[in-house]
Amino acid sequence: MDFYILAQQLVNGITLGSIYGLIAVGYTMVYGVIRMINFAHGDVYMVSAYVAAITLAVLHSFGVDSVPFAIISVLVVTCFITGVYGWTIERVAYRPLRGSTKLAPLISAIGISLMLQSYVQVAQGARDQGVPVLVSGALRLGTDKDFAQITYMQLVILVASFVAMAILTYLISYTTLGRQCRATQQNRHISAVLGVNTDRIISSVFVIGAATAAVGGVLVTFNYGSFNFFIGFVMGIKAFTAAVLGGIGSLPGAILGGLVLGLTEALFAGYVSTDYKDVFAFALLIVILFFRPYGLLGRPEIQKV
Amino acid sequence: MDNAKIPAKLLKEAVFTFVLSLIVFGPISGLVLTGFTVENKLARPLIIASVVTIGRVLFTLFLETSLGRRLIARMAGTAGSGVTVESGNERFPYAAVAIAFAVGLAFPLMADEYWLGVAILALIYVLLGLGLNIVVGLAGLLDLGFVAFYAVGAYLLALGAQYLGLGFWGALALAPLIAAFCGMVLAFPVLRMHGDYLAIVTLGFGEIIRLVLNNWLDFTGGPNGAAVPAPTFLGLEFTRTARQGGTPFHEFFGISYSADYKFWFIYLVLFLVVAAVIYVVNRLKSMPIGRLWEALREDEIACRSLGVNHVATKLSAFMLGASTGGVAGVFFAVHQGFVNPTSFTFFESALILAIVVLGGLGSTLGVVMAALVLTILPEVLRDFAEYRVLVFGILMVVMMVWRPRGLVRIKRPAFFPSSAPAAVPALAAAEAAQ
Repeated sequence: MDFYILAQQLVNGITLGSIYGLIAVGYTMVYGVIRMINFAHGDVYMVSAYVAAITLAVLHSFGVDSVPFAIISVLVVTCFITGVYGWTIERVAYRPLRGSTKLAPLISAIGISLMLQSYVQVAQGARDQGVPVLVSGALRLGTDKDFAQITYMQLVILVASFVAMAILTYLISYTTLGRQCRATQQNRHISAVLGVNTDRIISSVFVIGAATAAVGGVLVTFNYGSFNFFIGFVMGIKAFTAAVLGGIGSLPGAILGGLVLGLTEALFAGYVSTDYKDVFAFALLIVILFFRPYGLLGRPEIQKV
Repeated sequence: MDNAKIPAKLLKEAVFTFVLSLIVFGPISGLVLTGFTVENKLARPLIIASVVTIGRVLFTLFLETSLGRRLIARMAGTAGSGVTVESGNERFPYAAVAIAFAVGLAFPLMADEYWLGVAILALIYVLLGLGLNIVVGLAGLLDLGFVAFYAVGAYLLALGAQYLGLGFWGALALAPLIAAFCGMVLAFPVLRMHGDYLAIVTLGFGEIIRLVLNNWLDFTGGPNGAAVPAPTFLGLEFTRTARQGGTPFHEFFGISYSADYKFWFIYLVLFLVVAAVIYVVNRLKSMPIGRLWEALREDEIACRSLGVNHVATKLSAFMLGASTGGVAGVFFAVHQGFVNPTSFTFFESALILAIVVLGGLGSTLGVVMAALVLTILPEVLRDFAEYRVLVFGILMVVMMVWRPRGLVRIKRPAFFPSSAPAAVPALAAAEAAQ
């Protein structure tokens, strides 16, 4: 029945969208403080998927069988390691380029992206990797033939993304670090004059962005079970689309953009064509940039000389 | 710095670097996933971390020496401007160019089939590099989907031959127009906006083209690809026996048959096209349009306040770059005899970008050299093919940190009124002083 198909696509869309939102946070925050698109962000997400699978396998070899404990410890470890990746990338590839040409950080970011992909490929092999199913089963609505379901893993994704977003919002709105982030975002030089250590803030933003992407990486890995060294590329463009859709630089915008992109993409895949769902997402990006480059919640950027 | 503090600082730095690289390299290279378990290779991250730490310490020590201090001073001094303005008295190196041209033309006589193939591929990348150099190097627009135009050219020949009976020469004439049109449709909406957006939109566009080629089975043949007809020379074919009613090339000239003639022909046409593109790009650089590109790259706001139509200027660069990419695509298709979407992935775009970046953004000579090196080196170092992308990535980052303007120093022609030669030295001195 049509109602169930629609309901199913909506459930899938919201789950997918919350993942896009989590990864879009990294793009939007980095863009906010240094006005740069961090092209390597998608590959940081890819690294987090590998780290998650490795952590899970290590936990398993130590005989940890409790699923909630495994999920939470994998999340914590992956966020930490991926955060360190974020910090290192900023320190090695972007900080020396402050004040260089406009193009330099972008090219350096592409270099980092290639490096991460190739490093993971060389170290872990090019084949697809997988993780065992941790959470199975689903809540079903409808009859045996026509039904919409939300799997327990999808519920975990929704809850975990919600918690991650809540922590992030608290961090940005109420802590000293968050206040300094917002100040740096508004005006880096004035913030530095007023005693904010802007280099440290920029590093923190990279760490926060990478850790949030890691939450997304862990959840996607547990949900789909399989990944390879190339998943960061498409996910990176899509999360960037989400960030632009919501208004780049705006944190609620990233989440909203993620949800909108996830929903429209799921509906497109459900009703039009699954082969072209990536084409749809990329075409949507071009269309948004044409009609509303500052996104749903962003403000038009005024260039001052 | 105070000399007494160096050992303590070094130790702190070394410990920090070591711990950091252990965390970064530990999980990925130390624990290899095999199925749902991991294989222990923890020695690898220890080695990598030690190498990184030693490198870091040596680098810090080096920067403390007098040579290192001079290097830092030089970096600080020249980071902003890497452009030398010519004095106007330079002679054009006619002899060197003539020799290079003659050697290039005579190359097929010296090379065997294998190296001829490598040379054709290298020249295709030279062409791609020159095209992208107009966009990225001269106009400063980061195009990450350049491979899309390459694909347009290649598929134009393959599908044009299949559906419209288009031949090599027809495709060669049409490819620049169609690729430029695609470039215009793509870039026109985006060029008005922030430069970073262009990068991501072109990246998306490159993927759209590849996905459409891959999924539109009925029209493009999907992942199976499409065959490309062999080229002809004045209607003469390069096969052993011609199709009905035709004469093969070797019979017409009364020479014995060789399968190499086709590649000789492709090489020579390609070489002439590359030479023509180099000539055109060099002329464009000193024309008003080329100077506008470079001016927009350096400071867009200043240009717009002086009344430069930034959209039209950027669009012209983008379209010219795209059409060069389209021409390269035609040569790629005719050389391979077959095209499929796997030849047009993002990696290809990144490789072309690496060529432009390593050659020095905006330098024609640098781009040609980088393209030759980056295509011939992997042929020589086949054993290290696995690490090729890794090395490209590292090179891109190192180049940006070390010399964001590229290895070859860019020279900009100076302009003086031809009627007043006496004013030349004074003006040149004034420019140099700036």
